[in-house]
Amino acid sequence: MNTIIFAIVVLGLLGALFGAVLGLASKIFHVDQDPRLEQVRECLAGANCGGCGYPGCDGYAAAVVAGGPTNKCVVAGPDAAAKIGEIMGVSADATEKMVAHVTCSGSNDVAQPRFNYSGPKTCQAAMLFGGRDSKDCRFACVGLGTCVEACQFGAMSVDNGVAHVDREKCVACGACADVCPKKIIEMVPYKQKVIPTCSSQEKGGVVMKQCDVGCIGCMKCQRECPLKDGPAITVENNLAHIDYSRCIGCGKCATVCPRNIIKWQFGAPRPRPVVEEKKEA
Amino acid sequence: MLTSLLSISLGAILINNFIFSQFLGICPFLGCSNKMDTAAGMGLAVIFVMGLASALCWMINEWILMPLDLGFMQTVAYILVIASLVQFIEMFLKKSVPSLYSALGIYLPLITTNCAVLGVVLLNTQNSYNFIESVVYGITGGIGFLVAICLLASVREKIEFADYPKAFEGFAIALVTGGLLSLAFMGFSGMKIF
Repeated sequence: MNTIIFAIVVLGLLGALFGAVLGLASKIFHVDQDPRLEQVRECLAGANCGGCGYPGCDGYAAAVVAGGPTNKCVVAGPDAAAKIGEIMGVSADATEKMVAHVTCSGSNDVAQPRFNYSGPKTCQAAMLFGGRDSKDCRFACVGLGTCVEACQFGAMSVDNGVAHVDREKCVACGACADVCPKKIIEMVPYKQKVIPTCSSQEKGGVVMKQCDVGCIGCMKCQRECPLKDGPAITVENNLAHIDYSRCIGCGKCATVCPRNIIKWQFGAPRPRPVVEEKKEA
Repeated sequence: MLTSLLSISLGAILINNFIFSQFLGICPFLGCSNKMDTAAGMGLAVIFVMGLASALCWMINEWILMPLDLGFMQTVAYILVIASLVQFIEMFLKKSVPSLYSALGIYLPLITTNCAVLGVVLLNTQNSYNFIESVVYGITGGIGFLVAICLLASVREKIEFADYPKAFEGFAIALVTGGLLSLAFMGFSGMKIF
Protein backbone atom coordinates (compact mmCIF):
# COMPACT_ATOMS: atom_id res chain seq x y z
CA MET A 1 0.00 0.00 0.00
CA ASN A 2 2.79 2.34 0.95
CA THR A 3 4.51 1.70 -2.38
CA ILE A 4 1.40 2.70 -4.30
CA ILE A 5 1.04 5.96 -2.43
CA PHE A 6 4.74 6.60 -2.77
CA ALA A 7 4.59 6.02 -6.53
CA ILE A 8 1.58 8.27 -6.91
CA VAL A 9 3.23 11.05 -4.92
CA VAL A 10 6.54 10.82 -6.78
CA LEU A 11 4.97 10.74 -10.23
CA GLY A 12 2.56 13.49 -9.22
CA LEU A 13 5.48 15.61 -8.10
CA LEU A 14 7.37 14.85 -11.32
CA GLY A 15 4.32 15.80 -13.36
CA ALA A 16 3.82 19.00 -11.39
CA LEU A 17 7.50 19.85 -11.80
CA PHE A 18 7.41 19.34 -15.57
CA GLY A 19 4.15 21.26 -15.75
CA ALA A 20 5.70 24.15 -13.87
CA VAL A 21 8.80 24.08 -16.10
CA LEU A 22 6.66 24.06 -19.24
CA GLY A 23 4.48 26.86 -17.89
CA LEU A 24 7.56 28.89 -17.07
CA ALA A 25 9.09 28.09 -20.46
CA SER A 26 6.00 29.29 -22.28
CA LYS A 27 6.43 32.61 -20.49
CA ILE A 28 10.19 32.86 -21.00
CA PHE A 29 10.22 31.59 -24.57
CA HIS A 30 7.08 33.43 -25.54
CA VAL A 31 7.31 34.57 -29.14
CA ASP A 32 5.30 37.66 -29.91
CA GLN A 33 3.20 36.80 -32.90
CA ASP A 34 1.44 39.42 -34.89
CA PRO A 35 -2.27 38.87 -34.11
CA ARG A 36 -3.00 39.75 -37.72
CA LEU A 37 -1.16 36.59 -38.79
CA GLU A 38 -3.98 34.41 -37.48
CA GLN A 39 -6.65 36.63 -39.03
CA VAL A 40 -4.97 36.69 -42.43
CA ARG A 41 -4.50 32.93 -42.28
CA GLU A 42 -8.24 32.46 -41.76
CA CYS A 43 -9.07 34.46 -44.89
CA LEU A 44 -6.97 32.22 -47.11
CA ALA A 45 -8.35 29.14 -48.77
CA GLY A 46 -6.25 26.71 -46.76
CA ALA A 47 -5.60 24.42 -49.71
CA ASN A 48 -1.81 24.83 -49.36
CA CYS A 49 -1.64 24.69 -53.16
CA GLY A 50 1.32 27.06 -53.45
CA GLY A 51 -0.35 29.06 -56.21
CA CYS A 52 0.65 32.30 -54.51
CA GLY A 53 4.32 31.42 -54.85
CA TYR A 54 4.86 31.06 -51.10
CA PRO A 55 5.36 27.80 -49.17
CA GLY A 56 1.77 27.03 -48.22
CA CYS A 57 -0.93 29.21 -46.70
CA ASP A 58 1.04 29.85 -43.50
CA GLY A 59 4.00 31.04 -45.51
CA TYR A 60 1.84 33.41 -47.50
CA ALA A 61 0.10 34.74 -44.37
CA ALA A 62 3.52 35.52 -42.89
CA ALA A 63 4.51 37.26 -46.12
CA VAL A 64 1.32 39.36 -46.10
CA VAL A 65 1.89 40.48 -42.52
CA ALA A 66 5.46 41.35 -43.48
CA GLY A 67 4.04 43.70 -46.10
CA GLY A 68 3.64 41.41 -49.09
CA PRO A 69 0.91 41.71 -51.71
CA THR A 70 -2.57 40.93 -50.40
CA ASN A 71 -4.07 39.58 -53.59
CA LYS A 72 -1.99 36.51 -54.32
CA CYS A 73 -4.48 33.90 -53.09
CA VAL A 74 -6.31 33.14 -56.30
CA VAL A 75 -8.19 30.25 -54.72
CA ALA A 76 -9.93 32.38 -52.11
CA GLY A 77 -10.58 35.03 -54.75
CA PRO A 78 -11.04 38.80 -54.68
CA ASP A 79 -13.36 38.77 -51.65
CA ALA A 80 -10.64 37.30 -49.49
CA ALA A 81 -8.14 39.79 -50.92
CA ALA A 82 -10.45 42.61 -49.87
CA LYS A 83 -10.79 41.14 -46.36
CA ILE A 84 -7.03 40.74 -46.01
CA GLY A 85 -6.64 44.31 -47.21
CA GLU A 86 -9.03 45.41 -44.46
CA ILE A 87 -7.01 43.56 -41.82
CA MET A 88 -3.75 44.98 -43.10
CA GLY A 89 -5.22 48.45 -43.61
CA VAL A 90 -4.36 48.68 -47.29
CA SER A 91 -6.66 48.74 -50.27
CA ALA A 92 -6.62 45.44 -52.08
CA ASP A 93 -5.73 45.46 -55.73
CA ALA A 94 -8.40 43.52 -57.52
CA THR A 95 -7.23 40.13 -58.66
CA GLU A 96 -8.01 39.25 -62.19
CA LYS A 97 -9.49 35.78 -62.32
CA MET A 98 -7.15 33.55 -64.29
CA VAL A 99 -7.55 30.04 -65.60
CA ALA A 100 -5.10 27.49 -66.89
CA HIS A 101 -5.16 26.79 -70.59
CA VAL A 102 -3.55 23.87 -72.41
CA THR A 103 -2.04 25.34 -75.56
CA CYS A 104 -2.29 22.26 -77.73
CA SER A 105 -5.15 20.99 -79.87
CA GLY A 106 -3.33 17.92 -81.17
CA SER A 107 -5.68 15.13 -80.15
CA ASN A 108 -4.89 11.59 -81.22
CA ASP A 109 -7.01 12.01 -84.37
CA VAL A 110 -5.09 14.93 -85.77
CA ALA A 111 -1.52 14.68 -84.44
CA GLN A 112 0.72 12.20 -86.23
CA PRO A 113 2.18 9.52 -83.93
CA ARG A 114 5.88 8.77 -83.81
CA PHE A 115 5.69 5.39 -82.12
CA ASN A 116 3.38 3.38 -79.91
CA TYR A 117 4.04 4.07 -76.25
CA SER A 118 3.16 1.55 -73.58
CA GLY A 119 5.37 2.51 -70.63
CA PRO A 120 4.51 4.11 -67.29
CA LYS A 121 1.54 6.42 -67.53
CA THR A 122 3.23 9.68 -66.67
CA CYS A 123 4.25 12.41 -69.07
CA GLN A 124 7.72 12.66 -67.52
CA ALA A 125 8.41 8.99 -68.17
CA ALA A 126 7.15 9.23 -71.74
CA MET A 127 9.48 12.16 -72.32
CA LEU A 128 12.52 10.03 -71.53
CA PHE A 129 12.65 8.66 -75.07
CA GLY A 130 15.10 11.18 -76.45
CA GLY A 131 13.22 14.08 -74.92
CA ARG A 132 10.22 13.47 -77.10
CA ASP A 133 7.06 11.55 -76.50
CA SER A 134 5.03 9.42 -78.86
CA LYS A 135 3.59 12.33 -80.83
CA ASP A 136 5.61 13.55 -83.78
CA CYS A 137 5.24 17.20 -82.77
CA ARG A 138 7.84 18.25 -80.21
CA PHE A 139 5.45 20.73 -78.65
CA ALA A 140 2.33 18.57 -78.40
CA CYS A 141 0.52 17.58 -75.23
CA VAL A 142 1.79 14.16 -74.13
CA GLY A 143 -1.71 13.32 -72.94
CA LEU A 144 -0.84 10.91 -70.13
CA GLY A 145 -2.38 13.10 -67.49
CA THR A 146 0.42 14.13 -65.14
CA CYS A 147 -1.42 17.45 -64.89
CA VAL A 148 -4.64 15.61 -63.97
CA GLU A 149 -2.87 14.09 -60.99
CA ALA A 150 -1.28 17.39 -60.03
CA CYS A 151 -4.63 19.20 -59.95
CA GLN A 152 -6.09 19.29 -56.45
CA PHE A 153 -9.36 20.73 -57.67
CA GLY A 154 -10.39 18.14 -60.27
CA ALA A 155 -10.24 20.68 -63.06
CA MET A 156 -7.99 18.77 -65.45
CA SER A 157 -9.00 15.92 -67.70
CA VAL A 158 -7.45 14.16 -70.67
CA ASP A 159 -9.66 13.61 -73.66
CA ASN A 160 -8.39 11.75 -76.68
CA GLY A 161 -4.75 12.48 -75.97
CA VAL A 162 -5.01 16.16 -75.06
CA ALA A 163 -5.45 17.67 -71.61
CA HIS A 164 -8.40 19.99 -71.03
CA VAL A 165 -9.12 22.48 -68.27
CA ASP A 166 -12.53 22.83 -66.68
CA ARG A 167 -12.62 26.61 -66.57
CA GLU A 168 -15.20 26.70 -63.79
CA LYS A 169 -13.27 24.42 -61.46
CA CYS A 170 -9.82 25.87 -62.22
CA VAL A 171 -8.42 28.21 -59.57
CA ALA A 172 -5.22 29.06 -61.47
CA CYS A 173 -2.88 27.73 -58.80
CA GLY A 174 -0.45 26.74 -61.54
CA ALA A 175 0.27 23.24 -60.24
CA CYS A 176 -0.46 21.71 -63.66
CA ALA A 177 1.78 24.19 -65.45
CA ASP A 178 4.62 23.32 -63.07
CA VAL A 179 4.49 19.58 -63.66
CA CYS A 180 3.91 19.74 -67.42
CA PRO A 181 7.19 18.52 -68.96
CA LYS A 182 6.47 20.42 -72.17
CA LYS A 183 5.47 23.63 -70.41
CA ILE A 184 2.45 24.07 -72.64
CA ILE A 185 -0.03 25.03 -69.91
CA GLU A 186 -0.30 28.77 -69.47
CA MET A 187 -2.36 31.01 -67.24
CA VAL A 188 -4.77 33.21 -69.16
CA PRO A 189 -7.34 35.74 -67.96
CA TYR A 190 -10.71 34.07 -67.40
CA LYS A 191 -12.48 36.71 -69.49
CA GLN A 192 -10.10 36.33 -72.43
CA LYS A 193 -12.29 35.17 -75.30
CA VAL A 194 -9.83 34.00 -77.93
CA ILE A 195 -6.75 31.93 -77.13
CA PRO A 196 -4.30 30.46 -79.64
CA THR A 197 -4.26 26.76 -78.80
CA CYS A 198 -1.01 25.51 -80.28
CA SER A 199 2.58 25.60 -79.03
CA SER A 200 4.47 24.43 -82.10
CA GLN A 201 7.38 26.63 -83.09
CA GLU A 202 8.16 24.54 -86.15
CA LYS A 203 8.02 26.05 -89.61
CA GLY A 204 4.70 25.78 -91.42
CA GLY A 205 5.72 22.90 -93.67
CA VAL A 206 6.87 20.75 -90.78
CA VAL A 207 3.69 21.47 -88.82
CA MET A 208 1.60 20.48 -91.85
CA LYS A 209 3.22 17.04 -91.80
CA GLN A 210 3.04 16.58 -88.04
CA CYS A 211 -0.43 17.77 -87.17
CA ASP A 212 -3.68 18.62 -88.90
CA VAL A 213 -4.41 21.56 -86.61
CA GLY A 214 -1.03 23.13 -85.72
CA CYS A 215 -0.22 26.81 -86.11
CA ILE A 216 1.66 27.29 -89.37
CA GLY A 217 2.54 30.91 -88.75
CA CYS A 218 0.65 32.19 -91.79
CA MET A 219 0.27 35.66 -90.19
CA LYS A 220 -3.38 35.95 -91.25
CA CYS A 221 -4.47 36.63 -87.67
CA GLN A 222 -1.83 39.33 -87.24
CA ARG A 223 -3.00 41.10 -90.39
CA GLU A 224 -6.64 40.80 -89.37
CA CYS A 225 -6.25 42.37 -85.93
CA PRO A 226 -8.10 45.72 -86.05
CA LEU A 227 -6.18 47.47 -83.27
CA LYS A 228 -4.72 50.74 -84.52
CA ASP A 229 -1.53 50.79 -82.46
CA GLY A 230 -0.19 47.50 -83.75
CA PRO A 231 -1.88 44.09 -83.63
CA ALA A 232 -2.52 42.41 -80.27
CA ILE A 233 -1.93 39.04 -81.91
CA THR A 234 1.53 38.54 -83.34
CA VAL A 235 3.41 35.65 -84.86
CA GLU A 236 6.77 34.98 -83.24
CA ASN A 237 8.84 31.85 -83.84
CA ASN A 238 6.19 30.60 -86.26
CA LEU A 239 3.55 30.71 -83.54
CA ALA A 240 0.67 33.11 -82.87
CA HIS A 241 0.69 34.90 -79.49
CA ILE A 242 -1.94 37.22 -78.05
CA ASP A 243 -1.06 40.12 -75.78
CA TYR A 244 -3.94 39.58 -73.36
CA SER A 245 -3.65 43.03 -71.87
CA ARG A 246 -4.41 44.62 -75.25
CA CYS A 247 -6.77 42.14 -76.90
CA ILE A 248 -10.32 43.49 -77.17
CA GLY A 249 -11.82 40.09 -77.95
CA CYS A 250 -13.35 40.97 -81.29
CA GLY A 251 -12.64 37.47 -82.52
CA LYS A 252 -11.61 38.41 -86.03
CA CYS A 253 -8.40 36.44 -85.77
CA ALA A 254 -10.39 33.34 -84.79
CA THR A 255 -12.55 33.57 -87.88
CA VAL A 256 -9.67 33.83 -90.33
CA CYS A 257 -7.40 31.18 -88.84
CA PRO A 258 -7.11 28.50 -91.53
CA ARG A 259 -6.12 25.84 -88.99
CA ASN A 260 -8.84 26.81 -86.51
CA ILE A 261 -6.47 26.85 -83.56
CA ILE A 262 -7.47 30.25 -82.21
CA LYS A 263 -10.07 28.80 -79.91
CA TRP A 264 -13.21 30.64 -78.97
CA GLN A 265 -13.77 30.05 -75.26
CA PHE A 266 -16.86 28.40 -73.92
CA GLY A 267 -19.32 30.82 -72.37
CA ALA A 268 -18.45 33.74 -74.57
CA PRO A 269 -20.63 34.46 -77.59
CA ARG A 270 -19.31 33.01 -80.81
CA PRO A 271 -18.14 35.58 -83.29
CA ARG A 272 -19.95 35.90 -86.55
CA PRO A 273 -17.79 35.55 -89.59
CA VAL A 274 -16.89 39.07 -90.51
CA VAL A 275 -17.44 39.85 -94.13
CA GLU A 276 -14.81 42.30 -95.14
CA GLU A 277 -15.84 44.97 -97.53
CA LYS A 278 -13.07 45.28 -100.00
CA LYS A 279 -12.48 48.90 -100.71
CA GLU A 280 -11.67 49.26 -104.35
CA ALA A 281 -9.56 52.20 -105.10
CA MET B 1 35.32 2.37 -23.45
CA LEU B 2 35.74 3.53 -27.03
CA THR B 3 35.28 0.04 -28.40
CA SER B 4 32.08 -0.43 -26.43
CA LEU B 5 30.79 2.90 -27.77
CA LEU B 6 31.73 1.88 -31.31
CA SER B 7 29.98 -1.42 -30.85
CA ILE B 8 26.87 0.34 -29.50
CA SER B 9 26.88 2.79 -32.43
CA LEU B 10 27.27 0.19 -35.17
CA GLY B 11 24.72 -1.97 -33.42
CA ALA B 12 22.17 0.83 -33.31
CA ILE B 13 22.76 1.97 -36.89
CA LEU B 14 23.08 -1.33 -38.73
CA ILE B 15 22.68 -4.52 -36.75
CA ASN B 16 19.78 -3.63 -34.48
CA ASN B 17 18.40 -0.84 -36.63
CA PHE B 18 15.35 0.56 -34.88
CA ILE B 19 13.13 0.26 -37.90
CA PHE B 20 14.45 -2.70 -39.81
CA SER B 21 15.09 -5.15 -37.03
CA GLN B 22 13.24 -3.84 -33.98
CA PHE B 23 10.21 -2.50 -35.88
CA LEU B 24 9.93 0.63 -33.78
CA GLY B 25 8.82 3.95 -35.24
CA ILE B 26 7.11 2.48 -38.28
CA CYS B 27 4.44 5.19 -38.33
CA PRO B 28 6.71 8.15 -39.24
CA PHE B 29 8.81 5.73 -41.33
CA LEU B 30 5.83 5.25 -43.66
CA GLY B 31 4.13 8.60 -43.14
CA CYS B 32 7.09 10.90 -43.82
CA SER B 33 8.94 8.95 -46.51
CA ASN B 34 7.16 10.32 -49.58
CA LYS B 35 9.84 12.85 -50.32
CA MET B 36 13.54 13.03 -49.51
CA ASP B 37 13.21 16.50 -47.93
CA THR B 38 10.58 15.50 -45.39
CA ALA B 39 12.33 12.21 -44.72
CA ALA B 40 15.61 13.96 -43.94
CA GLY B 41 13.83 16.53 -41.73
CA MET B 42 12.05 13.82 -39.81
CA GLY B 43 15.24 11.81 -39.41
CA LEU B 44 17.18 14.80 -38.05
CA ALA B 45 14.38 15.60 -35.61
CA VAL B 46 14.40 12.01 -34.40
CA ILE B 47 18.18 12.09 -33.80
CA PHE B 48 17.77 15.31 -31.84
CA VAL B 49 14.91 14.08 -29.65
CA MET B 50 16.33 10.58 -29.11
CA GLY B 51 19.65 11.96 -27.91
CA LEU B 52 18.10 14.41 -25.50
CA ALA B 53 15.47 11.94 -24.27
CA SER B 54 18.18 9.35 -23.56
CA ALA B 55 20.13 11.84 -21.49
CA LEU B 56 17.17 13.12 -19.51
CA CYS B 57 15.62 9.71 -18.93
CA TRP B 58 18.92 8.33 -17.71
CA MET B 59 19.00 11.09 -15.09
CA ILE B 60 15.39 10.51 -14.06
CA ASN B 61 15.94 6.78 -13.79
CA GLU B 62 19.27 6.93 -12.02
CA TRP B 63 18.64 9.83 -9.65
CA ILE B 64 14.92 9.57 -8.92
CA LEU B 65 13.40 6.22 -9.75
CA MET B 66 16.22 3.92 -8.68
CA PRO B 67 17.00 5.50 -5.27
CA LEU B 68 13.28 5.49 -4.46
CA ASP B 69 12.92 1.89 -5.62
CA LEU B 70 10.29 2.77 -8.23
CA GLY B 71 11.80 0.90 -11.18
CA PHE B 72 8.41 -0.48 -12.18
CA MET B 73 7.20 3.06 -12.96
CA GLN B 74 9.83 3.54 -15.69
CA THR B 75 7.45 3.39 -18.67
CA VAL B 76 5.01 5.91 -17.21
CA ALA B 77 7.75 8.24 -16.04
CA TYR B 78 9.53 8.07 -19.42
CA ILE B 79 6.37 8.93 -21.35
CA LEU B 80 5.90 11.93 -19.08
CA VAL B 81 9.51 13.00 -19.54
CA ILE B 82 9.52 12.58 -23.32
CA ALA B 83 6.24 14.45 -23.84
CA SER B 84 7.31 17.41 -21.71
CA LEU B 85 10.80 17.38 -23.21
CA VAL B 86 9.50 17.63 -26.76
CA GLN B 87 7.13 20.43 -25.79
CA PHE B 88 9.98 22.25 -24.10
CA ILE B 89 12.32 21.81 -27.06
CA GLU B 90 9.65 23.14 -29.39
CA MET B 91 9.21 26.31 -27.33
CA PHE B 92 12.94 26.72 -26.88
CA LEU B 93 13.69 26.35 -30.59
CA LYS B 94 10.90 28.71 -31.59
CA LYS B 95 12.41 31.46 -29.47
CA SER B 96 16.13 30.81 -29.68
CA VAL B 97 16.89 29.03 -32.95
CA PRO B 98 14.12 29.98 -35.38
CA SER B 99 16.01 28.58 -38.37
CA LEU B 100 16.22 25.13 -36.77
CA TYR B 101 12.59 25.47 -35.70
CA SER B 102 11.43 26.10 -39.24
CA ALA B 103 13.38 23.02 -40.38
CA LEU B 104 12.29 20.62 -37.64
CA GLY B 105 9.26 22.39 -36.17
CA ILE B 106 6.48 20.48 -37.85
CA TYR B 107 8.08 17.12 -37.09
CA LEU B 108 8.64 17.67 -33.37
CA PRO B 109 5.02 17.18 -32.23
CA LEU B 110 4.88 14.03 -34.35
CA ILE B 111 7.72 12.50 -32.34
CA THR B 112 6.12 13.17 -28.95
CA THR B 113 4.35 9.84 -28.98
CA ASN B 114 6.80 7.96 -31.16
CA CYS B 115 7.51 4.46 -29.94
CA ALA B 116 11.11 4.58 -31.22
CA VAL B 117 11.90 7.31 -28.69
CA LEU B 118 10.24 5.43 -25.85
CA GLY B 119 11.95 2.29 -27.11
CA VAL B 120 15.41 3.78 -26.99
CA VAL B 121 15.11 4.93 -23.38
CA LEU B 122 13.62 1.62 -22.25
CA LEU B 123 16.42 -0.27 -24.02
CA ASN B 124 18.96 2.00 -22.32
CA THR B 125 17.60 0.91 -18.95
CA GLN B 126 17.28 -2.71 -19.99
CA ASN B 127 20.92 -2.83 -21.15
CA SER B 128 21.96 -0.83 -18.04
CA TYR B 129 24.00 1.64 -20.08
CA ASN B 130 25.82 4.44 -18.29
CA PHE B 131 25.18 8.08 -19.15
CA ILE B 132 27.55 8.37 -22.11
CA GLU B 133 26.51 5.02 -23.52
CA SER B 134 22.85 6.02 -23.24
CA VAL B 135 23.37 9.26 -25.13
CA VAL B 136 25.45 7.55 -27.81
CA TYR B 137 22.84 4.82 -28.18
CA GLY B 138 20.10 7.45 -28.48
CA ILE B 139 21.92 9.50 -31.12
CA THR B 140 23.09 6.53 -33.17
CA GLY B 141 19.63 4.98 -32.93
CA GLY B 142 18.37 8.23 -34.45
CA ILE B 143 21.03 7.97 -37.17
CA GLY B 144 19.81 4.45 -37.88
CA PHE B 145 16.30 5.86 -38.24
CA LEU B 146 17.60 8.57 -40.60
CA VAL B 147 19.38 5.98 -42.72
CA ALA B 148 16.27 3.81 -42.90
CA ILE B 149 13.81 6.59 -43.73
CA CYS B 150 16.13 8.14 -46.34
CA LEU B 151 16.62 4.74 -47.99
CA LEU B 152 12.88 4.20 -48.20
CA ALA B 153 12.26 7.77 -49.40
CA SER B 154 14.76 7.43 -52.23
CA VAL B 155 13.23 4.13 -53.30
CA ARG B 156 9.70 5.54 -53.10
CA GLU B 157 10.68 8.51 -55.25
CA LYS B 158 11.86 6.06 -57.93
CA ILE B 159 8.83 3.81 -57.52
CA GLU B 160 6.61 6.70 -58.61
CA PHE B 161 7.79 6.04 -62.16
CA ALA B 162 7.55 2.26 -62.03
CA ASP B 163 4.78 0.27 -63.62
CA TYR B 164 3.34 -1.46 -60.55
CA PRO B 165 -0.20 -2.85 -60.33
CA LYS B 166 -2.90 -0.32 -59.49
CA ALA B 167 -3.87 -2.22 -56.35
CA PHE B 168 -0.40 -1.64 -54.87
CA GLU B 169 -0.60 2.12 -55.12
CA GLY B 170 0.46 4.17 -52.09
CA PHE B 171 1.04 2.46 -48.77
CA ALA B 172 0.84 -1.07 -50.11
CA ILE B 173 3.90 -0.72 -52.32
CA ALA B 174 5.65 1.27 -49.55
CA LEU B 175 5.08 -1.57 -47.11
CA VAL B 176 6.38 -4.12 -49.60
CA THR B 177 9.43 -1.93 -50.22
CA GLY B 178 9.98 -1.47 -46.49
CA GLY B 179 9.76 -5.23 -46.02
CA LEU B 180 12.37 -5.88 -48.71
CA LEU B 181 14.70 -3.26 -47.23
CA SER B 182 14.25 -4.84 -43.83
CA LEU B 183 15.06 -8.23 -45.33
CA ALA B 184 18.34 -6.81 -46.63
CA PHE B 185 19.16 -5.42 -43.20
CA MET B 186 18.47 -8.82 -41.67
CA GLY B 187 21.80 -9.76 -43.22
CA PHE B 188 23.48 -7.86 -40.38
CA SER B 189 21.58 -9.70 -37.67
CA GLY B 190 23.58 -11.79 -35.25
CA MET B 191 26.84 -10.05 -36.17
CA LYS B 192 29.08 -9.38 -33.24
CA ILE B 193 31.61 -6.58 -33.11
CA PHE B 194 34.52 -6.97 -30.72
